[in-house]
Amino acid sequence: MTLDLTADQRLFQQTAREFLAETVPVATVRALGEAGTGFDGQWWRSATELGWTAMLVAEEYGGGTISDRPMTELALVAVELGRACAPGPFVTTNAVLAGLASAGAGVGETVAGIAAGAVLASWAVYEPGRGLDIVNALADGATPGDGEWARAVRDGDGYRLTGVKDRVEAGDRADIFLVTAQSADGPVQLLVPADAAGVTVTPTWTLDLVRRTARIDFDQVAVPADAVVHTGAAAAAAVRTQLHTAAVLTAAETVGATDKAMDTTLSWLTDRFTFGRALASYQALKHRMADNKTWLEACRATAGAAAAAVDDDPATAAEAVSVAKSYVGAKASVIGQDCVQLHGGIGVTWEHDLHLYLRRIGLGRALYGTPEEHRRRITDLLVTAA
Amino acid sequence: MTTEVEPVAEFRARARVWLRDNLPPNPPDQGPPDSKEEWDRARELQRLLYNGGFAGICFPKEYGGLGLTPAHQQAFTKESYAYEMPLILNVPTLSICAATLVDLGTEQQKQEHLTAVLRGDELLVQLLSEPSGGSDLAGLTTRAERDGDRWILNGSKIWSSGAYAADYGLCLARTNWGVPKHRGLTMFLVPIGAPGVTVQRIKQVTGSTEFCQEFFDDVALGDDAVVGEVDNGWEAASRLLYHERSAIGGTSPYISGARPHLGGEDSHILELARRTGQLDDIRVREDIGEARAMTVVRDQLIDHITRSVLAGELPPAAGSITRLFSAENSWLQTDMAVKVAGAAAATHAPGDPADTAKIGTDFLFRAAWSLAGGSTEMARNVISERVLGMPREYAADREVPFNEVRRGR
Repeated sequence: MTLDLTADQRLFQQTAREFLAETVPVATVRALGEAGTGFDGQWWRSATELGWTAMLVAEEYGGGTISDRPMTELALVAVELGRACAPGPFVTTNAVLAGLASAGAGVGETVAGIAAGAVLASWAVYEPGRGLDIVNALADGATPGDGEWARAVRDGDGYRLTGVKDRVEAGDRADIFLVTAQSADGPVQLLVPADAAGVTVTPTWTLDLVRRTARIDFDQVAVPADAVVHTGAAAAAAVRTQLHTAAVLTAAETVGATDKAMDTTLSWLTDRFTFGRALASYQALKHRMADNKTWLEACRATAGAAAAAVDDDPATAAEAVSVAKSYVGAKASVIGQDCVQLHGGIGVTWEHDLHLYLRRIGLGRALYGTPEEHRRRITDLLVTAA
Repeated sequence: MTTEVEPVAEFRARARVWLRDNLPPNPPDQGPPDSKEEWDRARELQRLLYNGGFAGICFPKEYGGLGLTPAHQQAFTKESYAYEMPLILNVPTLSICAATLVDLGTEQQKQEHLTAVLRGDELLVQLLSEPSGGSDLAGLTTRAERDGDRWILNGSKIWSSGAYAADYGLCLARTNWGVPKHRGLTMFLVPIGAPGVTVQRIKQVTGSTEFCQEFFDDVALGDDAVVGEVDNGWEAASRLLYHERSAIGGTSPYISGARPHLGGEDSHILELARRTGQLDDIRVREDIGEARAMTVVRDQLIDHITRSVLAGELPPAAGSITRLFSAENSWLQTDMAVKVAGAAAATHAPGDPADTAKIGTDFLFRAAWSLAGGSTEMARNVISERVLGMPREYAADREVPFNEVRRGR
């Protein structure tokens, strides 16, 4: 991404790159995927020591940024994670932390635990059969009708939560969920431990081998008052912040995976000979790589601009976020698929690493708003502004 | 005398006041400049800017410019959106031809022409492409031959925007036929009004006639017309083409008042959808969002490439990335408008809710944005070879003296 990086930020980026190369090389990623574990808990705690969960957390809870550009700094890590197809709940953890940052002292201990990697948190927002539109509706403060949304019903000082959430990242490994739900008081966000009575966790198939998801059923789960994080307008604002965080980091991660797929393809075209000459010397292939390179740089540009927009002013970042998520989601898929085509048959084998990047690109396209959903969001913003 | 540069914010504030007091409001889009009157109006506005101290913001002070930074230029440009500006002077006069003279002109050429350009007294055009040339620019056959202390120019050039209204053209001609094609070229500054120069206008599919073809019949030029070195005109052409890519791609610091017309700038797809009652259609809303995203990304990409090249993270040839993307954006905007217009993109009746005739005409002209300023195929060659480092394509004329190279007619 075009980020005029400070020396400290470069060091941070370099450290992330080296840590990933050392701890989760592709062979490890494959092994974790085949074991069905996704990631190693101790490894995630080591990762948090590098500051990957510190940027959106207040200093008193163990957080802090390098240069007051938290989203830019997180995006740097996300690109490296994508390049490595690395495991871990990086995106969902930071989305949760983005929401909890505005929650006040009541959740301080939880925040500190998440930031330290001791507590694994995931954002439970999606519902089966639904896309981003309902998330949008909540973020914009609308109240969906009865039955459209997981419901929290008043119960003393707290709530009772019933509903189903899916596409919950690392849901089978999480200790606690930040659940976005609907109540008579408008949208609410509740912290629900995975072991609470009435919670059922079912791992789901996920395109990516190591960035996995689960479905969570909540059946009359009792949520005490101190676990109610946001209600009403505060919840809507938090959902928006969470969505922006998750979308920007997913776009940045997708940029990293696409970048790596392109590097792999360029090496292949250079080393592979047909009809007595390198594949890279054929104009028909060169022109496609030129298109791919152009779109990749455009992806970098827009993901970087979205991170910068959130850092500059979260309140006006909505368009930049949706532009980046829609553009990267759509174009990375085109680039990734073309990388497979340029590899020929070997590109569709399990042995070749290319599918790992394509899996990450495919997941990045789908989660936190598809290109189509974000395009509609851009138009909503245009129409509202007009 | 102070050598300190005026802070951008102060410059911007000063520009805001000056523009308000001196320039008329921005008129509606007038299409391509098809008449001398439009050029005369541009000259007049340029003179106004010069006298007000806002011409040539990034041009050197010693030749009439202000010697300020691209940040000053950007600030001025943003302030000027609401006012009538001599936008048609941006390309090619200011951002391509004058920029090349800054890099390669002799002291005399700079003294003589740059100030004249910034004052609005001179219009410069490019005389590069030839009727038989296509993308093989260095294979040109317009010739300049030595005759005593003069050069005699013969041949023809084409696709020169606005040549009919220009004062001088930067003309690339062959001066040595016994060496490989790139090594026998020389760049000349040719007076359009010189004896032996004929300019014909070319009518395009849009009806516009801004493009021209020029014919040179024994046009006499002195040594003072040579830009750069004799037989080293490819270096001058490369410099010029670099400035052209910057101008087309949107990264040139010599453009004042607006980015060049990139085809998508005037797209009103949202307005089209509204007027035709389609704003509630989900697919139309996705199209509008996609078109909007593409334009936003285009601007972000220009910024990203500019900064990456300055930081040395990408080679200067990466300017071709913005050139290619700008064309792609223009195609998308045109195609989206056609899609949203539906059947009305081909017919238009008086009283129809939207001007779909313009959309239909834009459709005819869509390829212009991937041809003007070098085809996108050439941009793809540059990106693959000079950014990605892929091997060069085989060329039958490499290292072959040009008089031995096979040519069509």
